[in-house]
Amino acid sequence: MQVTMTVNGEQVTRDVEPRLLLVHFLRDDLGLTGTHWGCDTSNCGVCAVWMDGEPVKSCTVLAAMASGHEIRTVEGLEREGQLDPVQEGFIQEHGLQCGFCTPGMMMTARYLLDRNPHPTDEEIREAISGQICRCTGYENIVRAVRWAARHAAAGQAREEVSAP
Amino acid sequence: MQVPAPVEYERARSVEDALALLERRGPEARLLAGGHSLLPMMKLRLARPQVLIDVNELSDLAYIRVEGGDLRIGAMARHRDLLESPVAWEHFPIMREAETVIADPLVRNRGTVGGSLCQADPNEDLSAVFAALKAQAVIRSTSESRVVSMDQFHQGPYTTAVGPAEMLVELRVPIRPGSGSAYEKVERRVGDWPVGAAGAFLRLDAGRVAEAGIGLAAVGAEHFRVPAAEESLVGEEPVEEAFTEAGRLAAEGCHPVTDQRGPADYKRHLAYELTRRALRRAAARARGEGDQPCR
Amino acid sequence: MTTAEAPPANPVGFGRMTRKEDARFVRGKGTYVDDVVLPGMLHGAVLRSNLAHARIVSMDTSAAEAHPKVKAVITGKTLEGLKLAWMPSLSHDVVPVLATDKVRYQGQEVAFVVAEDRYSARDALELIEVDYEPLPPVMDAREALSPGSAVIRDDIEGKADNHIFDWEAGDRSATDQVFERAEVVVTQDMLYPRVHPAPMETCGAVAHMDKVSGKLTIWCTTQAPHAHRTLYALVAGLPEHKIRVISPDIGGGFGNKVGIYPGYVLAVVGSILTGAPVKWTEDRSENLMSTSFARDYHMHGEIASTRDGRITGLRVKVLADHGAFNNTAQPSKFPAGFFHVFTGSYDLEAAHCEVTGVYTNKAPGGVAYACSFRVTEAVYLVERMVDCLADELGMDPAELRLKNLLRPEQFPYMSKTGWEYDSGDYPRALRLAMDIAGYEQLRAEQERRRRAPAPQGAPAPLMGIGVSFFTETVGAGPRKHMDILGLGMADGAEVRVHPTGKAVVRLSVQTQGQGHETTFAQIVAEQLGIPPEDIEVVHGDTDNTPFGLGTYGSRSTPVSGAAVAVAARRVRDKARLIASAMLEVDPDDLEWEKGRWFVRGNPTSARTIQEIALAAHGPLELPEGVEGHLDAQCVYDPPNLTYPYGAYICVVDVDPGTGVVKVRRFVAVDDCGPRINPMIVEGQVHGGLADGLGMALMQVIAFDTDGNCLGGSFMDYLLPTSMECPSWELGETVTPSPHHPLGCKGVGESATVGSPAAVVNAVMDAIGVRHADMPLTPAQVWRAMQGRPLRTDLALA
Repeated sequence: MQVTMTVNGEQVTRDVEPRLLLVHFLRDDLGLTGTHWGCDTSNCGVCAVWMDGEPVKSCTVLAAMASGHEIRTVEGLEREGQLDPVQEGFIQEHGLQCGFCTPGMMMTARYLLDRNPHPTDEEIREAISGQICRCTGYENIVRAVRWAARHAAAGQAREEVSAP
Repeated sequence: MQVPAPVEYERARSVEDALALLERRGPEARLLAGGHSLLPMMKLRLARPQVLIDVNELSDLAYIRVEGGDLRIGAMARHRDLLESPVAWEHFPIMREAETVIADPLVRNRGTVGGSLCQADPNEDLSAVFAALKAQAVIRSTSESRVVSMDQFHQGPYTTAVGPAEMLVELRVPIRPGSGSAYEKVERRVGDWPVGAAGAFLRLDAGRVAEAGIGLAAVGAEHFRVPAAEESLVGEEPVEEAFTEAGRLAAEGCHPVTDQRGPADYKRHLAYELTRRALRRAAARARGEGDQPCR
Repeated sequence: MTTAEAPPANPVGFGRMTRKEDARFVRGKGTYVDDVVLPGMLHGAVLRSNLAHARIVSMDTSAAEAHPKVKAVITGKTLEGLKLAWMPSLSHDVVPVLATDKVRYQGQEVAFVVAEDRYSARDALELIEVDYEPLPPVMDAREALSPGSAVIRDDIEGKADNHIFDWEAGDRSATDQVFERAEVVVTQDMLYPRVHPAPMETCGAVAHMDKVSGKLTIWCTTQAPHAHRTLYALVAGLPEHKIRVISPDIGGGFGNKVGIYPGYVLAVVGSILTGAPVKWTEDRSENLMSTSFARDYHMHGEIASTRDGRITGLRVKVLADHGAFNNTAQPSKFPAGFFHVFTGSYDLEAAHCEVTGVYTNKAPGGVAYACSFRVTEAVYLVERMVDCLADELGMDPAELRLKNLLRPEQFPYMSKTGWEYDSGDYPRALRLAMDIAGYEQLRAEQERRRRAPAPQGAPAPLMGIGVSFFTETVGAGPRKHMDILGLGMADGAEVRVHPTGKAVVRLSVQTQGQGHETTFAQIVAEQLGIPPEDIEVVHGDTDNTPFGLGTYGSRSTPVSGAAVAVAARRVRDKARLIASAMLEVDPDDLEWEKGRWFVRGNPTSARTIQEIALAAHGPLELPEGVEGHLDAQCVYDPPNLTYPYGAYICVVDVDPGTGVVKVRRFVAVDDCGPRINPMIVEGQVHGGLADGLGMALMQVIAFDTDGNCLGGSFMDYLLPTSMECPSWELGETVTPSPHHPLGCKGVGESATVGSPAAVVNAVMDAIGVRHADMPLTPAQVWRAMQGRPLRTDLALA
């Protein structure tokens, strides 16, 4: 069947099997491999992307269901060569180690900050509670989101990434 | 990763459309709402429908509103809608308390109230909530619309009154002044199914219990309820002794099974302990004390 | 570019700096194995046994072969024809690639399908019919040696039982004597249950056999690319120089990615048979059910002391459940790894342990999960035993530890089981942890709460405080004592400075998130004064890096970090000779200041490392015996292990009505020697603490008596979320290792090793119970409070 959707602002159309999972559509059909998958049971959240502006687990959405909808992935976080404050926060606060859960975590963090620019630690923890990280013990993810909140709040231009 | 077996896909544009598709495609068709129960089952190939009828476009079923003295919840209301609904919180704080501990924020963005109830998992929190509230379910087919009680709706584990060419469209919960409700759940970890959970609804009249509802999840209570425990409260003063007796009857009336979440004796204990706790808080709310919904 | 807080400049050497690798990760531009796509690539899927123990009567693959998108179906018979059906394990046993005779655990590999896409490969698995004759499964390690038990390994000639090995360490008779005259003896059985490291990325491989060049390239989720290459050469009989193993970005390892799994070999065979690249990526259930687990140690501990709390002896018997094949990755001499470091951090008179390994119908492994070669089990045992003793004596557990900890002046300390602890100030670390936690105040609060009148309604939470102290044994290891399958545990490194003064360092170890691209650049920066951003770290590709055994057992910094430091110092020494020629002075008259050699007494007469690098490649007449260019290499054979240590304190609140545990606080003081990048070290500790909390409270791979794995998905195998983890409170002391060139001791597994006992000790303290086995689920805590704790390795009856 044919599906058409907007992914990171660009309209894409592909012929797919109706059973194709959105995560595989993004990774295998569009080559957007920043979105990962880590379980089969909708528990781990490394596959989180935005669908119509809300984070969802793309392993539990069919590409067919996303047809006609708007998808945003980690590749769509950076705007005009500027990292999103969330991305910068993850770098500055060491919010990632192996990087596998990171795209999903950042998508949820961006969503949280859009709705709640000054979240408490508890609210940050709640927002990412459906996503598993095995490396960081979550502490630095919370700090990374706080960093992003501070910097967006200051109204500062987004920084260029410091690492090469 | 695990992937579903081949399947066809149809997208319904309206309730009528969905019902017509169900009728046309026969019993091997399955409605696909949030997909968070069905798609994992399909990946495990425990579910192999021939065709999926996607009902996510039916946003006219996503309402939560007061109508005719009821709180009416459309089957396509997402968990998050119920969690964040001021009107649900105002009348039935049990709903928000349960939604807070159902799955996780991302799953709640997609999963639907109707989908959860139709899955009829014996561990389902919302099934216990609506059982405690003595809600009614509105089921439609192309030819008729019928209203059933939750006891009629839940026919057993993974089985409901919704027939092959039917669709759950609405939940109705009568709004009762002077009432209070609360939900208590023990889980091994945030986002897990309950080891045991209890919801309580109490309506007080002149300082005595006029109506009581107790919903239990994951402890093997038939239709998610133990009527004897509810009946024991009616006419009593809402005091510790009454809650303890109801808790005792709840524990006695359930049939938990041992699994990795816990042994049967522990689950039975939870039925007792959580019933008491939920009743205690429901009663406080009914009296206008404690953690109150913002009005 | 305006910014509120400009990021600080990177240190030229040690210090906090953000990670070089993050630039790609935050953009979603990492390259993990499943991201690798090659032209014409096919997809493989593994059919696995649904039974734990059964004879394969017959297998029919015809329907799968007839699937229009299937390119090959490989069975044990196919592999027997290629002499590839069995491969050597890492512990001198054999492991089947595909089962030929019997299946010996649920999830064992039975057949492999290669198809045009991953969905079709999965579909075809359902078309394979296997006729099994079920055999009685051996699921209870405690019954594995019973005379009536089914024999799992009838493939081994003459094997009539499920026994693998007996092994002991320490002085048995001296220990027995200590126990005979002991004033107090406390005995406790405990299980460290089977757990799985569950990195977020599952295992996978893309294999490409280029038939023209005869070269096999394997992109693979491996922590040890060089060791894998050598093993492929040995297994498949392929020439080693025609094998290239690339370990790209790895989504977490924790020991799970040390071993060679049948899936990797099958991808290789699939590529050889089809002539196309073949990708295989396991799903989560396959990962949890078939790849390397950790622990599964049934331990019987005895601790002896004087009445006033002077610990005199430890005696332990262990039943080690190795699953159906002995496939741990311990150094050959040590079948129980470094378990005999179980005397922990204490000065005692004698100790002895006996370990018996047994086969059961469970997945093989035993290496994984921040393994530290069984140090995790050892530390858990001794730290629980000390708390049991404190309970017996009515002593405060922190006070009992302070009384018995090794004293600074005892280092280097030769332990009663033969370990030479390098350095430490243990009491200082524990006192610091107690200060951070406010230990006295916590005990006072606990006392206050215990005396408070019971509230109305729901019962008040029970507060518990748990202490643990651990000594790690990492950086394996001295090659004369330690090898894996005959490969000595040394690691190579090469440092090369380019003409313009930029540098490249090539490592044998492979990062799975530890930040090697940053840390190793900082090591070189510290030695040479070249900014870390000017240093490229190359790793994870056997064609482009020197040989070494890889990253596990917290060995990257202790072994490979030392190799890099030594190589960089050799570069510095060579730079001195070149600078002497440039400045026309004797090398002995030159002094080093980070980044330049200068003439003693005349600091303005100097040459920077960049100037020297250019000269090294230029027309300068070099001193006698000095070759051009500026590079060096080192193969580092560690003279001893390193012994990082730490003191942990956990505070919990337990709901007595439900058994629910809430971790309120967790204080961790670690001493891993100097910290190359404190930010990364803290991150390593954070992750390990979460690991430990997970094992203590929720993670377990249990089985039912029919052989079914009860932890085969993330619905059943629970990992801690952000909600269970407290905000970790860290502290540090710094005691350099005297034998490591940088003084560094390694830290990757410290927190995983040290934290479970702190959590369990806290819960036991809260509920006033001496012992209950992990995981301390609400049910387990409640049952422990009833005096009926559950057995956690087998299904609840």
